[in-house]
Amino acid sequence: MGRGGSRAAPAAAMPPWHALPDEVWEHAFSFLPAASDRGAAAGACRSWLRAERRSRRRLSVANCYAASPQDAVERFPAVRAAEVKGKPHFADFGLVPPAWGAAAAPWVAAAADGWPLLEELSFKRMVVTDECLEMIAASFRNFQVLRLVSCEGFSTAGLAAIAAGCRNLRELDLQENEIEDCSIHWLSLFPESFTSLVTLNFSCLEGDVNINVLERLVTRCRNLKTLKLNNSIPLDKLASLLHKAPQIVELGTGRFSADYHPNLFEKLEAAFAGDGLAVSVSHLHKFHLNIETVNFQVMDLIEDHGLAVVASSCNKLQELRVFPSDPFDAAGQVSLTERGLVDVSASCPMLESVLYFCRRMTNEALIAIAKNRPNFTCFRLCIIEPHTPDYITHQPLDAGFSAIVESCKGLTRLSVSGLLTDHVFKSIGAHADRLEMLSIAFAGNSDLGLHYILSGCKSLKKLEIRDCPFGDKPLLANAAKLETMRSLWMSSCSLTLGACRQLARKMPRLSVEVMNDPERACPLDSLADETLIDKLYVYRTIAGPRSDTPACVQIV
Amino acid sequence: MADVASYAADDVDNLKATELRLGLPGTEEEKTTAALLPTPPSTPRGKKRDVISGAAEEEAAKTAPPAAKAQVVGWPPVRSYRKSCFQQQASSKSKPPPAPEESAAAGAAGALFVKVSMDGAPYLRKVDLKMYKGYRELREALEAMFLSCFVSSGAGAGANADAPAVNPSDFAVTYEDKDGDLMLVGDVPFDMFISTCKRLRIMKGSEARGLGSLKNN
Repeated sequence: MGRGGSRAAPAAAMPPWHALPDEVWEHAFSFLPAASDRGAAAGACRSWLRAERRSRRRLSVANCYAASPQDAVERFPAVRAAEVKGKPHFADFGLVPPAWGAAAAPWVAAAADGWPLLEELSFKRMVVTDECLEMIAASFRNFQVLRLVSCEGFSTAGLAAIAAGCRNLRELDLQENEIEDCSIHWLSLFPESFTSLVTLNFSCLEGDVNINVLERLVTRCRNLKTLKLNNSIPLDKLASLLHKAPQIVELGTGRFSADYHPNLFEKLEAAFAGDGLAVSVSHLHKFHLNIETVNFQVMDLIEDHGLAVVASSCNKLQELRVFPSDPFDAAGQVSLTERGLVDVSASCPMLESVLYFCRRMTNEALIAIAKNRPNFTCFRLCIIEPHTPDYITHQPLDAGFSAIVESCKGLTRLSVSGLLTDHVFKSIGAHADRLEMLSIAFAGNSDLGLHYILSGCKSLKKLEIRDCPFGDKPLLANAAKLETMRSLWMSSCSLTLGACRQLARKMPRLSVEVMNDPERACPLDSLADETLIDKLYVYRTIAGPRSDTPACVQIV
Repeated sequence: MADVASYAADDVDNLKATELRLGLPGTEEEKTTAALLPTPPSTPRGKKRDVISGAAEEEAAKTAPPAAKAQVVGWPPVRSYRKSCFQQQASSKSKPPPAPEESAAAGAAGALFVKVSMDGAPYLRKVDLKMYKGYRELREALEAMFLSCFVSSGAGAGANADAPAVNPSDFAVTYEDKDGDLMLVGDVPFDMFISTCKRLRIMKGSEARGLGSLKNN
C-alpha cells in the first residue's frame, strides 16, 4: 500500500505444511486404514515415515520370515492388532516337510516385550505351542481377540490358559487347527464373571465339550453373536441350546456328522422362525437355505440339482465352496458337474468367490461362467483328475480359463486345473492385472508357460506351482520379478540346484530355500549344479537367512 | 558309427538354434541330463515320479483291481483336516482311508446307493439307502429331492413352504427287487427292503393311483 511499516498480517500462525507436527499427520493417517496406503505414505518423506509408523495400529506380516519380530516391534511400537502368517499354502496338502518352521514363539515373545497393549493376535499356518498361549494370557492385560487358523502345536491346555487368563476376551476363533486333546475342560475355565465373548469358534476341536458348561457360558455372554461348535454337540441338542441364547446370530454346526437327521433343520427352523438367523451348515447333505445366505460351504453330495436350488434361492450369495466327498474315488459317484457352477454363476449376482471341486468341465461352461460373473475376485476350480480336458471337445481348457481372466477384471485369486497348455498362461500373464495369487498344478508344456506368468501379472504376490514342466530359464530371466512378490513355491518341476544358486547369488534380498526328501538331510554343498531339486520356496526378506531350518531344508 | 553320431549331434545343435531362448545374456549352456535325484516328468503326462508313489503303485497293483491308481501326494488339494471328515462319512468308525476298489454297490460298511427315477423328471438321482432309519425318512428325502424340483425351479426362496404345485398323493414309490419285479415300497420291514432293493422308481398319475399314494406309504 504505500505506507511504511508492515500492515500485512503475520504471514503464518500456521507453519508450512511440511513442518506440521507429527500429531497432525498421525491423525491424517488414521483415515488410511489400508496398509498399502499407509506404506505408500510412509515412503514419501522422513517425517511421514516417522508419523505413520508411530501411529500404526494394525500390522499384517504376511510372511513371518520376511522380517524379524524385533524389527516389527521396533518399527511399529503402537500396534494393537497383529496378524502373522507362516507356512506356504501348500503346507495344507502335506507338501511342506514337517518341522519346516514358522514358530509363533518368537513373535509372541517380541510382542509381550514391545506391545504390552496388544489387543488382537492372529496366526495362520504357524506352530503355536501351549507356552505361547500361556504367554499371551499372561502378557496383555487388554487382550481381546485370538484367531488361530490352520495352526498346530497346541492342546486344550493352552486353550485353558486363554480361558482362565484373558478377562476381556471378545473373540476366540479357531479355524481348522490341529489341536491335541488333553481332556482338559477348558471351556469351564472361563470364570463365572466372564461375559465378554462375542465370537466363539471351536469347530475344529476333536474332543468332547460339556454341553452344560457351554450352555452356561453362552447364556451369560449376552453379546455373543457368533457360535461355531464342533460335532461333539449332538445336533438335536442344538435347538435347546439355542433357545437359551437368542442373542446368537450366526451358528455353525461343525464338521460333517455321520448321523444324518433329516428332521433336524425343521427343528432348528422352528426355533428361529423370523429371526434372520444365518445357519452355516458345513458339509451336510441336506442344507437349510436362508435367503440371506452369503457364504455357503457344502460337499459335492449336493449335486448339480441341489446347486440349482441354491442358485434360485440364495441371490445374496457371495461365496460358494463345494468340496469333494470322496476325493480319491476315481469313478465319481456323485453327479456334480460344470452345470452346478454355471447355474450358480448365472443366478447369484453377488457371487464373487468360488472354490469348486468337480470331475469334468468344458470350455463352453467356463466361457458362460465368465460372461455371467465378471465380478469374480476369487476363482478356484479343481478338476480332480490331473490333465482332464474338455470332456466334450477333448481340447485343453485354455479357452475357458482365458475367458475367466479376460472377463473378470478384478480377479485377485485364481487356481487352474485340467489339461492346460502354455497358451492359457499367455492369457493370464496379459490380462490378469489384479491377480495376486495364482495356483498351478499339472499344467503347461514348456518354460514359456512360467515365463508368461512371471513377465506379466503385474500385481502378482504369491505363485505356487506343482508338477509342471517349468525349468530354470524363466526363473532366472525373471529374477527381479521375484522381489516384487511375496513368495514363489515350485515343487516337482524341472529346476536344478545350479539355477537356485545363481538366483540366490543374483538376488541377495531373496531367501532361496531348497527342500528334498524329508527322510534324509541333503548336504547341498556336495551336490552338483545339474542336480534336480524337488521343492523350491523363494521369498523376499529383510531379515536375512533364517536359522531355524530343519535338516531337509537348506538355504542356498 | 562316428559319422552317424556327429551327424546326429549336428541335428541337435540346429534344433537348439531354433529353440526359443529365455536365458540371461551370457548364461552358459543349459544343464546336461545327469541327475542324482529322481527326475520329475518332462511332459505333462509323465508317470509318477517318486520312489514313494512308485512303491504304492506296485502295492496297489497287487491288492486292488486294475482300476485303482496310486495317489499323488497332496492331490487333490483337500486339507488333511477335511480328509478325516471323508473317512467318517465313507465308512463307519475307525477304518483306514477308503479303499480304491470300493464299488457302487458298496462293501460292508460303505454306502448303498441306488438309482431313483421319477416319471417326468429329466434325470435320475441316487440315494444312499443306509442313510435312512425307516420308510418315513426315506419318503421325506425323496419328496425333498423330487418335489422341490417342480416347485422351486424359477421360483424364489422358501418355495418348499408354499403349497406344492404337485400333489404328493399322485405319486407312488416303487422299487425293483432282486428278482426284477416292481414292488410297492412299504410292505416289508425296512431292513429287508434295503437288502433287496436294486432301484427305486417314483410313478405318477393313473398308474400310481391304483397302488396307493406317497402320503399313505
